[in-house]
Amino acid sequence: MNKWTKHDLLDLEDLSKDELELILETAKSFREVSSRDVKKVPALRGKTVVMLFFEPSTRTRISFELAAKRLSADTLNIASSSSSLSKGETILDTAKNIEAMNVDAIIVRHPSSGVPKVLAESLNPSIINAGDGCRAHPTQGLLDVFTIKDKKGKIEGLNVGIVGDILHSRVARCDITALKKLGANVTVCGPSTLIPIGIENLGVKVSYDVDEVIEASDCLMLLRIQKERQEDKFLPSIREYAKKFGINKERLKRAKKDMLIMHPGPTNRGVELTAEVADGDSSVILEQVTNGIAVRMAVLYLLLGTKEPEQKKKKG
Amino acid sequence: MSLLLKNALIVNADKMSKDSQDILIEKEKIAKISPVIKDFNGKTIDCKGKLVLPGFIDLHAHLREPGREDEETIETGSRAAVKGGFTTICAMPNTNPVIDNAMIVEAILKEAKRVGLANILPVGAVTKGQKGEELVDMFELKEAGCIALSDDGYSVNNAQLLRLALEYSKMTNQLIMEHCQDQHLFRKGAMNEGFVSTVLGLKGDPVISETVIVARDIEIANYLGVRIHFSHISAKRSVELIRMAKKQGIKVTAEATPHHFSLTEEEMRYFNTNAKVNPSLRSKEDVEAIREGLKDGTLDCIATDHAPHAQEEKEQDLDHAPYGIIGLETALALAVTELIGNKVLTWPQLARKMSKAPSEILNLKEKGEIKEGLDADLVIIDPQGEWEVKADNFASKSRNSPLIGRRLKGEVKNTVFGGKIVF
Repeated sequence: MNKWTKHDLLDLEDLSKDELELILETAKSFREVSSRDVKKVPALRGKTVVMLFFEPSTRTRISFELAAKRLSADTLNIASSSSSLSKGETILDTAKNIEAMNVDAIIVRHPSSGVPKVLAESLNPSIINAGDGCRAHPTQGLLDVFTIKDKKGKIEGLNVGIVGDILHSRVARCDITALKKLGANVTVCGPSTLIPIGIENLGVKVSYDVDEVIEASDCLMLLRIQKERQEDKFLPSIREYAKKFGINKERLKRAKKDMLIMHPGPTNRGVELTAEVADGDSSVILEQVTNGIAVRMAVLYLLLGTKEPEQKKKKG
Repeated sequence: MSLLLKNALIVNADKMSKDSQDILIEKEKIAKISPVIKDFNGKTIDCKGKLVLPGFIDLHAHLREPGREDEETIETGSRAAVKGGFTTICAMPNTNPVIDNAMIVEAILKEAKRVGLANILPVGAVTKGQKGEELVDMFELKEAGCIALSDDGYSVNNAQLLRLALEYSKMTNQLIMEHCQDQHLFRKGAMNEGFVSTVLGLKGDPVISETVIVARDIEIANYLGVRIHFSHISAKRSVELIRMAKKQGIKVTAEATPHHFSLTEEEMRYFNTNAKVNPSLRSKEDVEAIREGLKDGTLDCIATDHAPHAQEEKEQDLDHAPYGIIGLETALALAVTELIGNKVLTWPQLARKMSKAPSEILNLKEKGEIKEGLDADLVIIDPQGEWEVKADNFASKSRNSPLIGRRLKGEVKNTVFGGKIVF
């Protein structure tokens, strides 16, 4: 497998194991670029990459922007309200206007599931999903498996626990997809009201006992508890969550010595994990951030830099 | 004006004519049915090879006028209706303003009469402004022409208010129709809650949002001994509850929509907002239970829940796009393709579900059957006719249908309303 054929990156579900591994391999070679004195290669010179974000984001947007810039692409940021129809324009209108400016890729984040997929069906530029609703966040899934593989040397056979609000997490869904495709054993763990129906059909185990999960895991992925979701009262309180599911030093005594602590960020210190765990030896949270740039460079390069012109699709 | 339908195979509820018949229509009524009617010089339609059914009666359609004439009007809605074989349609009250006083009812009836294509029956709201706070003046609405009331779009969430409406309906003799949905459980979910919503990351509407209200309303109807009608039933468990209630002699009737007996939540995998509907498209098991309910009579009739929406609103993301599917023009073909095609119903049973049963539920004594002396509302159908659903071919002003591109069997060739060929 050395040929990349996909035009868009919408969901890891769409990728084969070989394609996942190609991205990880490519990312490995790009990681070195960011440690150079001159952090730039000309791979995407002359390409235009637009970041169209309908939802606030700092780290994902900056990570994509740096990735594009380090590949010498021109970048542009557009922040839009998710209810742009209030201005009389649909999302498709907005995106078509951007397409009309002859851009090569549109990186989309939207609070509603499916928007990048719908845009990809009717637009020519490559669409990269930077997070849609509770559905997918493929580059996060990729950077997570990249980090695990980097640290552990493999994915296959590892036990990975994903802890937190699984119901509303696009990161959880993408991590599950990537990890399962690469052969890991996945357990999701969280309050029972935040475990979505039928999740075990994705081939994961479900646990409500974080201590049991800590004990068995080679890697613990903590998800952000979104305080804004608390309006829906899925939890009695954040306080109770922190007590029952928060990771602290005491809990980690049960863990394997080399267990990794990961988090897609931004962390709620004192909720998902204590400060000493976040800053402790097991934590690879900042490495995830560094690797994120390499993975996004790989994705941009594969989508924009290796393609024959006739591979461009044309749809209405 | 008179009209002769020749060589018609007549399909009535539960019976089909063995040999072809001629149907003579005079002065808006069916004047004579006989194997051969000779010496007629007026307009004649040869129905050889076709089936003739009583005009369909839709208990549930949204015509959007007044308020959203960009989506549908009484005129375009009537055209869509007769193109689909419907000659009587109940127009739901969630217009703007809401149908909650006599003046609006009169305005709708006046426009319906001007259009003159079909029999439009405005359904009044149960509560003023459909706000769920105080009852409408039910007698006033009855006298203006509302034989049924519904807060469609919502349940009457306050059980005491529903109790009062049902009790009061003993005097006014109006049918109370419930859109069964607990608002707290519903949470404005974008699709059925289940494994598919988990994978797609969409907010789920659980079946219990419907079933808890079905159960509650059965209890209230039983306690009062008053009839109630359930709109657009979608869940297997609802069918079971209704079946049990009917066995116990509780006066409930219920309808199912063509999309709920044909389509599943799998449609949502394409993030097609045209498949976003309230209640949601459910699982395969639910669809099978709806079919079973239609077959064994638990579900009395088929109603479209025709819900036109502007294209720009449906082009929003799935969380913001409005709920609804247009159904008037595809109902018959879906019934033929999915129900008759899969041997769920026979033609006479379909005539019951689409004409006779709704006429009985509304107590329309002159309609629902092809019989001498009754209203000449008829639909001529080519049972073998195949066609493709195309966005540009809708008579409706809107085109929000998840069926676009699908080939269906069963084609309406002509519709006769009050003796007039209206399609």
